[in-house]
Amino acid sequence: MKWSQIWVAYLTIVRKEITRFTRIWQQTLIPPVITTSLYFVIFGNLIGPRIGDMEGYRYMDFIVPGLILMSVITNSYANVSSSFFSSKFQRSIEEIQVSPTPSSVILLGYVTGGMARGLLVGVVVTIVSIFFSKLSVHNVFVMFSIILLTALLFALGGFTNGLFARKFDDVSIIPTFVLTPLTYLGGIFYSIKLLPEFWQGVSHVNPILYMINAFRYGFLGISDISLSTSYTIIIAFSVVLFLINLRLLNKGYGIRS
Amino acid sequence: MTAALKIENLEKVYSNGLRALKGIDLEVNEGDFFALLGKNGAGKSTAIGIISSLVNKTSGTVKIFNVDIDQNFPLAKSYIGIVPQEINFSVFETPMQIVMNQAGYYGINSQIARERAQRYLKQLGLWEKRNDISRELSGGMKRRLMIARALVHRPRLLILDEPTAGVDIEIRRSMWEFISRINRQGTTIILTTHYLEEAESLCRNVAIIDDGNVIENTSTRELLSRLQREIYVLDLQQPLAKLPEFNRGKWKLVDSTTLEVDISKEQGINGIFSQLNDNLIRVQSMRNKSNRLEQLFLDMIDSSADRKEEVL
Repeated sequence: MKWSQIWVAYLTIVRKEITRFTRIWQQTLIPPVITTSLYFVIFGNLIGPRIGDMEGYRYMDFIVPGLILMSVITNSYANVSSSFFSSKFQRSIEEIQVSPTPSSVILLGYVTGGMARGLLVGVVVTIVSIFFSKLSVHNVFVMFSIILLTALLFALGGFTNGLFARKFDDVSIIPTFVLTPLTYLGGIFYSIKLLPEFWQGVSHVNPILYMINAFRYGFLGISDISLSTSYTIIIAFSVVLFLINLRLLNKGYGIRS
Repeated sequence: MTAALKIENLEKVYSNGLRALKGIDLEVNEGDFFALLGKNGAGKSTAIGIISSLVNKTSGTVKIFNVDIDQNFPLAKSYIGIVPQEINFSVFETPMQIVMNQAGYYGINSQIARERAQRYLKQLGLWEKRNDISRELSGGMKRRLMIARALVHRPRLLILDEPTAGVDIEIRRSMWEFISRINRQGTTIILTTHYLEEAESLCRNVAIIDDGNVIENTSTRELLSRLQREIYVLDLQQPLAKLPEFNRGKWKLVDSTTLEVDISKEQGINGIFSQLNDNLIRVQSMRNKSNRLEQLFLDMIDSSADRKEEVL
């Protein structure tokens, strides 16, 4: 295939993915907005004032970046894992398999679709957060680069999940038992400085901690972790997941007999 | 003549140990209308799966228009159009989206894709349904949609895996006509089917796969010439109480108005009618009991099974 044809194939997958999640917007775009709004109301408005300031900021302002990023993480991941698994289940993945579209383009197409949903939900949640918090921006570059890289990383993770999944339950196991606990323990609602030393150490094993702190730095200029460490971890995980997915896809894991 | 498809010593062993293909050789010439026949589980779909990259081969070579799939699979894939046995599109998309997307996967820009989608959807009688959700299409429409989708990138080799399964006779005949026209325009066609009259009337060459081996690969005409006997069913104008004494052929009175006669090729049909005339039996209509290719197919499968038993 020529580069121009590869570009057309890539855009086709991306368009198909975006059409899919916008067609079912009641299931893909509205629920995260409702969930995050509830967090804002309960943790921000009701409980937040009793907690007081966190790292020198109102509790509501402190948790907003984490909640935005949480919605990006869960939606980027869920979009790719469920869409790719559905394609396997309905066998519509064969439409792409029989075509000359390279594996890397299939991977990038699905991942871009997942990132699009994650970022779109992130934007909507950010708009909702304006009603509850005074959003300040400390570093636009850090904010945008971290949200993009995080969406990329979790879309890649969702693709791996989609490749391995053999039944619908397999698509929800990782989000329920791995992603949600790691996100909640990743410092959305607290600074790890509040934890005992041992648990601070344990928290450093959680990759989501690095993303949330870097993203919070973009808004508030505070972070428990150095920015360079955060970028290194996110990029390293993304590269590793990309290579794993590409290898599995080339071998036809989960999609070829 | 260029080979549209050349398979050499193709073998497939699944992870559960099943040897679906046991080193088959097959060659299909460019422009041919080729039938690939076999029982369920004989290895037809595995062979097609390997050709279309849905199944990994264990060993052997596959060349599509001289392009080895191990050397340049993307180029080889660009030559092939596949109409699979089972519905494999997203039922939540419209026919237009499905065909347009397929064109996109082959790198065809949207303007050309739209023109072609329009042409094939119209030719296959789906234009009025182009914006309907595919889930709501009838079984025949879904099958025709898969043909339109397979043609959108103008493949040189079209592989149809039981395209008319479960389709009513009227639509089946219109599909035959359409596929024949595509073949006359130069597209090589490989057809697998359980309707052997379909293979007999459409295909010039036939291969029969049984238990992972190609047990026959020849022209349809040559294959049919091997048929040594035929069974005819005769519908009588008036009821017959008892079967008369006939001296040629094996006769059977199925019911009072239906006769069956089994004759060898040398005996010919004229002999039947002279015997019927001698006994004042008037025939209203006459037909083959089974399709000729079907008879041969069953004979070959049976003899292949007998040979296996002998070896065992």
